[in-house]
Amino acid sequence: MHGVVNWAVHFFMLDEGPLIWLSDFLIICASLGIVGVLTKFRLWKWLWDEWLTTVDHKKIGIMYMIAAILMLFRGGTDGLLMRAQLAWPNMHFLSADHYDQIFTTHGTIMILFMAMPAIIGFFNVAVPLQIGCRDVAFPYLNAISFWLFFFAAMLFNLSFVVGGSPDGGWTSYPPYVENQFDPGPGENYYLVALSISGIGTIATGINFLVTILRMRAPGMTFMRMPMFTWSVFVTSVIILFAFPVLTVALGLLLIDRDFGSHFFTVDGGGAPMQYVNLFWFWGHPEVYIVILPIFGLMSEVISTFSHKRIFGYSAMVVSMVAIAILSFVTWVHHFFTMGAGPGVNSFFGVSTMAIAIPTGVKVFNWIFTMHKGRLEFKSAMLWSLGVIPNFLIGGLTGVMLAVPPADYQYHNSYFLIAHFHYTLIGGTVFGVFSGLYYWWPKMFGVLLNEKLGRWHFWTFMIGFNICFFPQFFLGFMGMTRRMYTYPAGYGWGVVNLISTIGAFLMGVGFIIFVYNVLWSARYGERDTTGDPWDGRTLEWATTSPAPHYNFAIIPTVKGRDAWWLMKQSGEPINGPKDVPFRPIHMPNNSGRPFIMSVFFFLMGAGFVFQWWILAIIGFVGVLICMAQRSFEYDDSHYIPVEEIEKTEAAAGRL
Amino acid sequence: MEAKEHKFHREEGFPWKHILGLFLSLLLTAIAFWLALATHQPPALVITIIVILGVGQLLVQLYLFMHFTESDDRAWQVPAIYFGLFIVFCVVGGSIWIMTFKSIVA
Repeated sequence: MHGVVNWAVHFFMLDEGPLIWLSDFLIICASLGIVGVLTKFRLWKWLWDEWLTTVDHKKIGIMYMIAAILMLFRGGTDGLLMRAQLAWPNMHFLSADHYDQIFTTHGTIMILFMAMPAIIGFFNVAVPLQIGCRDVAFPYLNAISFWLFFFAAMLFNLSFVVGGSPDGGWTSYPPYVENQFDPGPGENYYLVALSISGIGTIATGINFLVTILRMRAPGMTFMRMPMFTWSVFVTSVIILFAFPVLTVALGLLLIDRDFGSHFFTVDGGGAPMQYVNLFWFWGHPEVYIVILPIFGLMSEVISTFSHKRIFGYSAMVVSMVAIAILSFVTWVHHFFTMGAGPGVNSFFGVSTMAIAIPTGVKVFNWIFTMHKGRLEFKSAMLWSLGVIPNFLIGGLTGVMLAVPPADYQYHNSYFLIAHFHYTLIGGTVFGVFSGLYYWWPKMFGVLLNEKLGRWHFWTFMIGFNICFFPQFFLGFMGMTRRMYTYPAGYGWGVVNLISTIGAFLMGVGFIIFVYNVLWSARYGERDTTGDPWDGRTLEWATTSPAPHYNFAIIPTVKGRDAWWLMKQSGEPINGPKDVPFRPIHMPNNSGRPFIMSVFFFLMGAGFVFQWWILAIIGFVGVLICMAQRSFEYDDSHYIPVEEIEKTEAAAGRL
Repeated sequence: MEAKEHKFHREEGFPWKHILGLFLSLLLTAIAFWLALATHQPPALVITIIVILGVGQLLVQLYLFMHFTESDDRAWQVPAIYFGLFIVFCVVGGSIWIMTFKSIVA
């Protein structure tokens, strides 16, 4: 009995101090709160029917966005804990172990469980509407993608209070993460959770590739596609070719840890640097996966709020394709210091700098789009404009890092930290907020408050610069990443304190955003037109939120900015009056993606703790779900004409 | 009703092709494992054979599962394969080039 108690105390980390107790308390409170609200308002059936079983891309997109914002909160809290710890020399707010776990979960969550679902959420929210189709090519697979991501994220987050989080950094480099140096379930959580969500991401890549190739509305040629759709197309290709490499690297490392092989160990003929090589073959394209869709949506936002068509459409497309191809040949710049030799390092230095050219083309095109435009500084536009100077700083310091001899000085210093936060926050996070303000009415039928939006933008943007700009100097002063405390006397104290103040200002910005969401849900302006921004692309042609079937009649596209052209020629969205509606073919909802992902979760937990019976139960469950799907013949239904007429009449569109 | 709207075709009869594909892919994997774990051949030989088995696996996947030769209007899989070859060249060729650093340092 005593042994069991001891095991449980250690397993649930109750011997680790107040930080874990507080997390336990908050997790229990949040779970009880959710269960309580669902039960009190009898929402379980609604939750199951409307959300958990849905295959509707719009609802899946919303769930992705909610998950991304929750993960932004989790990752942001990690960031604030780290900044609190580093605010002054010799602080002992966090122990070294906890600090290691927190920087690891911060990085992993922000990239894989915040940035990825946010951009994939936008894929779902916007792409089918922009190309005028009724759902993605494989709606059932889309639900699987979401639930795999969701349960992988839950599994990963559980690590903080069950068994201990990974502590090898978000890159998880061997040989440190091998069993010999880093025993326990921590790193397994990382490997298993990323593998599971990686399956979902690859499926999403395939899904949107096929959707864009095969399901565009009649008349929408490639060169008439909206810029965001182009960016999703290019991103899907990158996902499809980059993620399998990560899967292999993680798989081999997991086999090392779970079954004692020697792929990346120091002894037994292993090659630790081969993991680093494979990881970054995925890792570099990955940063383009999270920035290219942002470039696409910025093009939409800037063009919409300049009330002008995008400047240099073809140049934008060509530069995006060029970035995609170049992104696959730059990965060594993440480990110049491995010392692969002058030939290798110069090649990858030059290829890295080359990416600045197509990126520069895009920046100039955005500026020329605004030139002589009728500018309207809505929150969405502010965020997109905020990307330009901030991402520029990130990009230019990236070119500095791309010079191999100089990189030997900057490598793994706070200069690097500042650089990639300027690209990932100044680029991706700003862009995600821009997209949220822009597409919020389309997602929920409500506009976010503009005044709160401006407060959100300015506090977050200023806080961000106060937080990360000083870190360039910390890098020059010799501070390296991942150090949990530092002695006084290096002159780092005040700079770190300024940086921490900035980080908390960003936290304030985030709270204003959450307040804005809550305020707007209750008092916000309702979007009755479906086109609150005087938009240019087809998603603004339908109602807000769009009906289940998106378009009662699939529009015919006559040029770029299809909806703008339709508005110019006074064409109604439902076509000429005498064309009757026809029944619409739609996929059925299914609970199986959810259930299958639960089995994936169990299998993942089995691999984390090496509980093979649990792993086998999970695996068999997954196989049964797949077999059941193979024999499912009745997987779609028709929406009758009367129902379409009723929906369209209610929206005033008959 | 409106069955002609669906461009995809539905497989008729028993899916022999898929069963054969499953069997072959499991067999190829099993041979690779057996070679690596149960035989004591020189590593160079084992690696060469595993690469050949890997190419075989690729062909099984493309032809028996992925309907590589089927296409309605435009054969999008052709440019995709070319891009895939480019990526393979980058991963394999690039890795060999980069990882030879060990021989320089050692």
